[in-house]
Parts: sequence; C-alpha cells; structure tokens
Amino acid sequence: MAFNGHQREDGAIDEDETPTKQPRSDKEKPGYLSHEPSNEASASAGRATSERRTSNSTARHRRDSVKKTRPPFPWFGMDIGGTLVKLVYFEPKDITAEEEQEEVENLKSIRRYLTSNVAYGKTGIRDVHLELQDLTLCGRTGNLHFIRFPTHDLPAFLLMGRNKHFSSLHTTLCATGGGAYKFESDFRMMADLQLHKLDELDCLIRGVLYIDSVVSSGPSECYYFENPTDPDRCVQKPYTLENPYPLLLVNIGSGVSILAVYSENNYKRVTGTSLGGGTFLGLCCLLTGCSTFEEALEMASQGESTRVDKLVRDIYGGDYERFGLPGWAVASSFGNMMSKEKRESVSKEDLARATLVTITNNIGSITRMCALNENIERVVFVGNFLRVNTLSMKLLAYAMDYWSKGQLKALFLQHEGYFGAVGALLELLHPS
Amino acid sequence: MAECVRLDSSTSSHTMDKSITLPPDEIFRNLENAKRFAIDIGGSLTKLAYYSTVQHKVAKVRSFDHNTKEAASDKLYEISVQEEVTARLHFIKFENAYIETCLDFIKDHLVNTDTKVIKATGGGAHKFKELIERKLGLNVDKEDEMTCLIKGCNFVLKNIPHEAFVYAKHADSEFRFQTTYPEIFPYLLVNIGSGVSIVKVESEDKFERIGGSSIGGGTFWGLGALLTKTKRFDELLQLASRGQHTNVDMLVKDIYGGSYGSLGLTGDLIASSFGKSATADKEFSKEDMAKSLLHMISNDIGQLACLYAKLHNLSRVYFGGFFIRGHPVTMHTITYSINFFTKGEVQALFLRHEGYLGAIGAFLKGAEEDNPNQYSWGENYAGSSGLMSVSPDMNPMQRARSGTFDMLEMDRLERQLVNLPLLQDASSYIPDTVDLTEDALAREYWLYCFEDALDGVVKRAVASQPDMPEAAERAEKFRHKYRHKLQTLRHQPFAYGSLTVRSLLDTREHCLNEFNFPDPYSKIKQRENDGALKYYQKAVKSLDELSWEERQFALVRGVLAGNVFDWGAKAVSDVLESDPEFGFEQAKRQLEERPWLIDSYDQWFERLKGPPHKCALFFVDNSGVDIILGVMPFVRELLSRGTEVVLASNSGPALNDVTNGELQILTERIAAMDSVIQAGLREDRLTLVQSGSSSPCLDLSRLDKVLANVVRERKTDLVIIEGMGRAIHTNYYAMLSCESLKMAVIKNSWLADRLGGKLFSVVFKYEVPPGKPSQNSVAGMPS
Repeated sequence: MAFNGHQREDGAIDEDETPTKQPRSDKEKPGYLSHEPSNEASASAGRATSERRTSNSTARHRRDSVKKTRPPFPWFGMDIGGTLVKLVYFEPKDITAEEEQEEVENLKSIRRYLTSNVAYGKTGIRDVHLELQDLTLCGRTGNLHFIRFPTHDLPAFLLMGRNKHFSSLHTTLCATGGGAYKFESDFRMMADLQLHKLDELDCLIRGVLYIDSVVSSGPSECYYFENPTDPDRCVQKPYTLENPYPLLLVNIGSGVSILAVYSENNYKRVTGTSLGGGTFLGLCCLLTGCSTFEEALEMASQGESTRVDKLVRDIYGGDYERFGLPGWAVASSFGNMMSKEKRESVSKEDLARATLVTITNNIGSITRMCALNENIERVVFVGNFLRVNTLSMKLLAYAMDYWSKGQLKALFLQHEGYFGAVGALLELLHPS
Repeated sequence: MAECVRLDSSTSSHTMDKSITLPPDEIFRNLENAKRFAIDIGGSLTKLAYYSTVQHKVAKVRSFDHNTKEAASDKLYEISVQEEVTARLHFIKFENAYIETCLDFIKDHLVNTDTKVIKATGGGAHKFKELIERKLGLNVDKEDEMTCLIKGCNFVLKNIPHEAFVYAKHADSEFRFQTTYPEIFPYLLVNIGSGVSIVKVESEDKFERIGGSSIGGGTFWGLGALLTKTKRFDELLQLASRGQHTNVDMLVKDIYGGSYGSLGLTGDLIASSFGKSATADKEFSKEDMAKSLLHMISNDIGQLACLYAKLHNLSRVYFGGFFIRGHPVTMHTITYSINFFTKGEVQALFLRHEGYLGAIGAFLKGAEEDNPNQYSWGENYAGSSGLMSVSPDMNPMQRARSGTFDMLEMDRLERQLVNLPLLQDASSYIPDTVDLTEDALAREYWLYCFEDALDGVVKRAVASQPDMPEAAERAEKFRHKYRHKLQTLRHQPFAYGSLTVRSLLDTREHCLNEFNFPDPYSKIKQRENDGALKYYQKAVKSLDELSWEERQFALVRGVLAGNVFDWGAKAVSDVLESDPEFGFEQAKRQLEERPWLIDSYDQWFERLKGPPHKCALFFVDNSGVDIILGVMPFVRELLSRGTEVVLASNSGPALNDVTNGELQILTERIAAMDSVIQAGLREDRLTLVQSGSSSPCLDLSRLDKVLANVVRERKTDLVIIEGMGRAIHTNYYAMLSCESLKMAVIKNSWLADRLGGKLFSVVFKYEVPPGKPSQNSVAGMPS
C-alpha cells in the first residue's frame, strides 16, 4: 500500500515518537481510530510504527488518509457459524448530496432493504434493540445493524445477493466462522463474490473489545448479576470492563470455545466442548418435537428440571455432608429418567428445562476448571446460546459464584453473538 | 456421585427365574466357616463379601530322629500331609434379581453364629436392608460408599499384580496391564455411577472428593431411554456400538468444510453434539442417537477428569463405576477422550476388579480388628472368574449374562511380600519375559503345552496319594477345572492380567491345591534327594582334586547339569520317567559345549579372580541332583572364598522345586558330611530363607519381607538365579543394581528355538550394572 510506504518513510525521521502521544481524550475514545494504534501495537512492529504515525498526524491529514484507505460501501462483516449466520451492516447516515447522487442504485437498494425491514424472508431477523446509532467508523458516522439468519438459509441469502447484483459493487466481503471456509466456493459460484476469510477467534476478540469500547449510551454493554445465589435479590448490574485482562472468554455457539485472553493479540484457546447451544437445541428437538431455539427456551421456562434430574437429596435424603454437597445439587442429569414411571410422568417442558440446565451447568463447570487452571478470575460469556436466555445466564452466574465461593465473576455482553461479525467488519476497515 | 442407581423397576421386572438352583459348591464356598459379611448393592448387581477360613492339606517334611529310628527307615525325612487353616476372602457378584435366593442359601449354610452384623454399601443397600435383616438375622450396618470404594481400590492396587490396565481397542491385545507401582499414591479415581465423582487419593486414609459432574451413567441411561425407547443400560450400549454418531453430531468439517487448521482441530472432531438433530423434520436412528450420546458423555467426563488431573498434577487416573464396568465400548470412548484432551500425557486406567471395590471396602471396614491390611493377599486363580467372565459380547462361551456368578477369591499369604531391594528400578520391573497376552504364537504354543501335559500331572497327583481311594476322583475334578481355565484363557487371555508361563504354572498350582493335592511331587523329591545325597561326598571330592581354574568351570557345569533334572519340563520328564537312572554324569554329557547360547563365562571367571563378593543371594530351583550336586558345591566354593550365602527357596511346593522345609533338612544332612557347610551354618555365613512364593517362577517384586531384610543387612552384592522358570520365563531381562548371574538349561525345544538355540542349550548370563566395574565391586560398596 502506497500510503503505508509513505508513512514509513516519514517514520524513519522521528522513530522515537511514542504511542503515548496518541490522542486518548474521552471525546475521541468512542471512535475506533483512536483505539487502533494501541490495539495493533503488538501485532507487528513495523506496521505498528506506521499506524502510530497516523494518529500522530494532524486531524486533516488523518481525514484525508482515512478517506484514501476507506473501502467503498457497503460495509459488512459476516460470521457464518454452524447454526446461525451473523451479519453486521454499517449504514452511513452522513451521506452528502453529492454522494447520494454518485451512489449506484444497487447500493441504495441494499441499504433501503436492510434498514427498512426488521425481518428478511422467513428466517432473517434484525435485532433492532442492539442497533448502535451515531457510530463513527473510519471517519463516517452511521448506524450499526445486527442481522441473523440460520446457516441453512445461506443459499437463499446468496440468491438474493445475486439478484441484487451485489458483486457489481466490487466490495470485499469479510467473513469469519467455519462457513467462510465451507461456503467460500458457493459465494463465488452462486453470487460471484470473493470472500476475505478471517479466523473466528481473532474476530471474536477484536469484536468484543471494540463493542465494549464504543457503547457509551443506553444499557451498559457489559453486565453481571448481583446476588446470583439469591433468586429474590438477583439483579442485572452494569459492569465496566476497564482493565479487562486477563479474562476468560467463553463463546457458546453451537459448540463452545474457551479462550484465555491476555491482550487483544495475545490469547489462546484453552479448550472447548461439543456440549453447546447446538446440543441444547438438538436434544430439545428430539425430546420435545420443537424446532426453534425460541420454542425450546419458551418450553424450558415453563418446565421443572428437578422432575427429570436426580438430585443429591433424592439419593441421600438431604445434603451429602461428607463431601459438602448440598441436597439441591444435581447428582445425575436425567438420572430420574432411568425409571419408566418417571419417564411417563414428565412433561416436554420439564425435559426442555432439564436439557437447558444440564448444558448450562456443564459449561459452567468446565469454565470454572479452566479459570482455576489458568488462574483467571473474570469470565465473559458470549455467543448466541445466551440470546434471550436469562435462565442460562443466571444459572452461569450462580454456578460461578457458588462453586468458586465468590471467587469467580460471570460477565455478559449485550451483543452476545455478534462479536465475530463485528470483528470481521473491523478487518474490512482496518486490515491488521 | 458415587451413588449407584437404585434398582430400576423396569430392569428388575424382566423375567428371571428366581427359583434358580445354584451350584453351591461352586459359588458360595466355605460358608461353614464364613464370618464378617459385607454387601454392596448397586443398581443391577449385588456384590457379597465374606471372610472364611479354608482347611486344606499341606505337605510337611520332618526330619527323622536318627538316633532312634535310623534303622527303621533309610529315608531322609518323613513326609506328612497335614491340615492347615488359611484365611480366604470370597467375593461374589450376581444380579440383584437373585438376592433373595442367595440370602436363603446363605442362611441355610451358615454355621458360624458369632456374626451379628453385615456391613452394607451401595445405593441398593437401603432398599434391601429389611430383607437382609429378616433373612439372615444380621444387623445391616451402612458404610459410606466413597470410603468403601477408596478402601477397596487401595486394597486391589496393593495386592493384585496386573490389577490396572490400559484399554486399546485396536491393538493386538486390547488390555495392556500395568506393572504394580511400589507406591500406589497419589492417584485420581473417577467413579462414573449415575453421576460422576472425582476423588483424589493421597494415602490409605486420606482422600478428597475434588469434584464431579452430573453428566454420568444416569444421563446416558435416562436420556438414552428417552431418545431410543430402549430401557436397559446394556442394550443402550449395544445400540451405541452399532451407531454412526456423525449422522447426529455436527462435526468441525460440517461447519468448516474441512479441518480448522489454525487451531489444529481436525475435521472429524465433534463441534456440537446433537448439532444436526436441531430440526423437526428429520428422523434419526436409535443407534446413531445412542452413539452420539455415548460420545458426548464420555468426552465430557474425560475432559473434566483431565482438567482435574492437571489442576492437581496427577498422572494416574483410574476409572470405575457402572458406566465403565466390563464394557469395552465405554472403556474405549473414555480412553479416546483422555488421549485427546491430554495428548497422551495422562493414561486412562481401568481395574480388573473394579466391580468389587465397594464390597471389598465395606468388608475391610468391618474387618478392621483383623487388620487385613497388615497382610499380603494373593488372587486365587482357581477360585476367581477372571475379567469379562460375565460380558456376553466378550465371552461367546457364556450363554446369557443373567444367572452368571462372578467370583473373586483372595488368599491371605503367610508372609508379607515386598520388592527385592536390589532391583534397579522397581517401578519398571516386569518379571515375565514373554507376555502371552500380546504374543499370539507363543500363547498358542504354551496353552497347548500345558493342556498336553495335563494327563501326566493328573497321573502324578493320583500317584502322590496312594493311600487315598478318592484321589482319582479329585484328580479328575482338578483336570476338569484346569482344562476349563485353559479354555477360558484361550478366549480371554487377559482374564487374570497378562498371561504368562508363570501365570499358567501358578494357575495349575492353585487348582491342584484346590483339590487337595498340595504336593504331588513330594515322594519323587524325597527319592531324588535321597539318591543325590549319597553321591555328594564323592562329587565334592572329585571337585577338590581339580585345579582352581578347572574347578570354577566344573562348578558351573555342575549347576547347569543339575538343572537338567527338572520334572517341570516336558522333554525331561519324558526321559526321567522312561529312565530313572538318568545320571548326573549323563546330564553333563548332554550339555551343550561352549560357546553356549548365552555365554559370559569368561567375564565371570575373570571376576572370580578378583576380590570375593560380600554376600550372594541364590534363588534355587529343583530338588535332588540340582540342589545337592549342582548348587551345594557351588555354594561351598563361595563360602570358601569368603562370600556369605543366602539360599532362597520356595515357601510352598511347586513341581519338584525344593521347598524351604526340605532344604533345611538337606542342608543339615550335608553339613554333617561337609565341614565347610557346617562352618557356614555355625558362623551364620550360610543362611536359608524362604522366598514367600509357591511358584516355579520368580517375581522379584513379591518376595518375603524377611528375605528383603536379610539381603539389605548382609549388603548383598551378587544375585544368582537358577533354572528355566526363574531365569528364563521370568527375570531374563531383570535389571539388578548389583552383579547377577542367571543360569539355566533350556529344556523346551520351542523356547530354545525362540531364543535361537536348541534343546539343552545353556544360558549363562553374568551381568554387572552399568557404572560398576566388576573388579572393584568389593564388599560393602554402597549401592
């Protein structure tokens, strides 16, 4: 890139200008740019120097250079998971009359289609409540939209892309998640689109850190549950992720990945489990005949898991004091279902609830063990399994607090499942 | 949770003939003397334990009082068969459906009325409490399950060699048995009952439940029953073993199209269990769902176990509980999971007697006043069923699972057994040279060989008891039992741990004892000892006439020639039986000329020119010519050189091996003729000790504690092991921390062939541990 080359020449003159001079005022904070230099610092020394230079230049210079490197609209970030496709779309609100005239019809139509609807086709949904307004990205101000649809409807999406002549816009489509690899050729063949594939965990972390830094109004992005062990006093409270590191990031999608994050660029995948959101839904469909996550959750909310699970008190009549196990603890998930009579007496709702509790508690205990092994006290749970799933969040909060005797804190984020897609969008705007 | 599931009504209701007649002499043995009962009632199986004293015949030798009776007999000593009482632990496992029948049977046969209490554990103990109290008139005293489990686990790990194994589904032998570590602690026990308990065990009395999971066997069973409408646990496992989980699970490749390279996750990895069943419009087969469920639960347990092992820095992880018990399917999936999550750093270990742990522990709780942990115990191969005896898919010979009784019997050993202190590395010591579990060709040969020799053994057993008319009948029972064992081992070579020539020999001894043939060779040994003694002085005299150099070689040849006299070896027993006059000189001529098959005589000879050894420990072999004309002159020479000698012989009879009792008398008699031996005994420079064993082979990790002490006190710097059983079948590769000499004549053509020699080839293996120049190995060198 010419721009970078130029900057590097500059940099050779005053090498010792340090990132400490970068603008860090609160006013600039919400903008991604002000954050980027430090974010990039450890990625690659040479590039970091050049990026630093950017922020040290005059505002004018920056605007110009931003404009030069700014990719053409539309700006999308995409995360194609095992179950859901997550799409973030940046809708510029600062379009000048001049731009408006220049804007091609295709682009306009895509923008209108996405922003004027809240549902697309049978299964696409825009999470309006998550929309981030008046966001400045790459020098442009606009709204960030969050859209999702099932991965199995990806062909319909591609068809739409073809019908709307998406490829004529010559945009780069940044995509992450396994589907970016699996469906790469479909994108090319069906919609004539070239994907820029990105690692899902890189994107996830980048997205989490970015969203947390830009959300300043409305409900706090990060929150926790106060008094998690007392149902009557358990309330959601905002949390400031100011010095987030080290943190354990638990992404619960179809499966689960657990990452230990030490800085934006320094993280490792500690482990994962195949018992995740996909397992909850998959088992619920088999056990209750439901077909959607919402249905499954609705049933779970009405059921009683203790009819399905065998509790410590079912075995010992109370607490198992020898080992400090409370009577209410689950001794055997689905343990009561070994008995024919009990199998016949439980409801679908009970089964859905037990499935939810089983999967959630299991994620909780694996997470807790990882936190102990990695010596990390803060855990952030993300992923679409937690969408509209307060039941699981409260359970996780409870489990973390109870079994760690208050040592571990479970944190949650408003934009649960969209961080990978946000990370992909950021990659489009600021290639790392 | 350690808690086993309560009896599921759906499983108990399946038709079972409750009026089944038990073959009592086979199952509840020695009930007359039984005391201290314990019972462990699980979800489907009951395990009963009791302690009993067994009266059985032992052969004793006693020196004649030569002053008064010399004229009456020209025999060397008197052999008498006496009744001896030994302690035995009985453990019986049967289906819960038989519990009432069994209790009735016990009540009818129980004579001992001292017993007031029965220790009980397991989830079902509570349910059957009333029944037990009513039937047996005993008070049920409930013991904590986990405590029992751990106690039982410690007990089997300490007392049963080859208790633990690694399961490898696709290997030549699926079961790879672990050598018993001298130090069993610390370890992790993952008990997979209806839930999972993870327990860290640090010592005999110190253990802690460090964690657990609610996703366990109950989840597999309960969820499996819901998904597949299959009620029984075993059937669910069978469904699972036929299924394809990839139809139900979402794999990495289903998401990525291939592998997730940057994380090293292969495409076949499960990304989301049941991820593909998240749809209302597709049917899934029972088999596939059961398989997916099995993987999900096994992986989850494996992962948690690894996380706990890592956190507590433990590498030995044993798995147990009804989810594992005897099920190759679950052992495989758990092993797979552990390998995956630890990249091979931790091995999943399983236990042969896992199903008995609770019962053993409950029993031990009740027997604390008898101090069972003070003794060493040994698995009785004759009275124990062996691994997988009741698993229908493992044992096609078994008709159906129900109605089969699995048994474990353990004999209290008279001596406490410990490691030989001179082993280079006790934790890696493996006594046996060939593992027949892994070597199919060798296994086939030896099984054939033992079967072939059975007629002769039966004949000799009958002949050893000419005054007992029912001996023939008992001998037939012995034949039947041992043949059955051999047949079992043909199908399940892993039944009693690693199959070895030693275990085949030991099994035969156990079976002979079982039918009161304590020492079939007693008379033969007596005759041979007698004959050889007469020749002793002449042999010594001719040796003394040789030059020092010639004598050293002649002594070695003498030991080797003496070792040809071995009734245990088929080739020799044929010759001996056809020609009892087969002489010592003839045997010498039969020996292979130097260079021998394994020949380090020159090094040994060089060593002899150096300073004498401080003390030599000599593991002797056969009676008669071997011990008297071969070993004793050799010992005499060592004593003359100034080396102390410890002669280690068997505590109990095995084939024609000289026993400690016999050797005492023989040595006395030789001392009367030989001033060197006499002086040795008088000055306490020649000591006789017993090995603690009654086997024709030698396990240096299970030796009499007294022997170990003597070895230490005398600063033993030379170990001599003689004979095919002790120096070739076992200990051929044993590494000692001092000099060692292994001497044997190969009296089996198959084995000779294997080792690249021929019949009567000689193994003379003199070894000096690395870093210990033999010339400098003076007395008292620290080891």
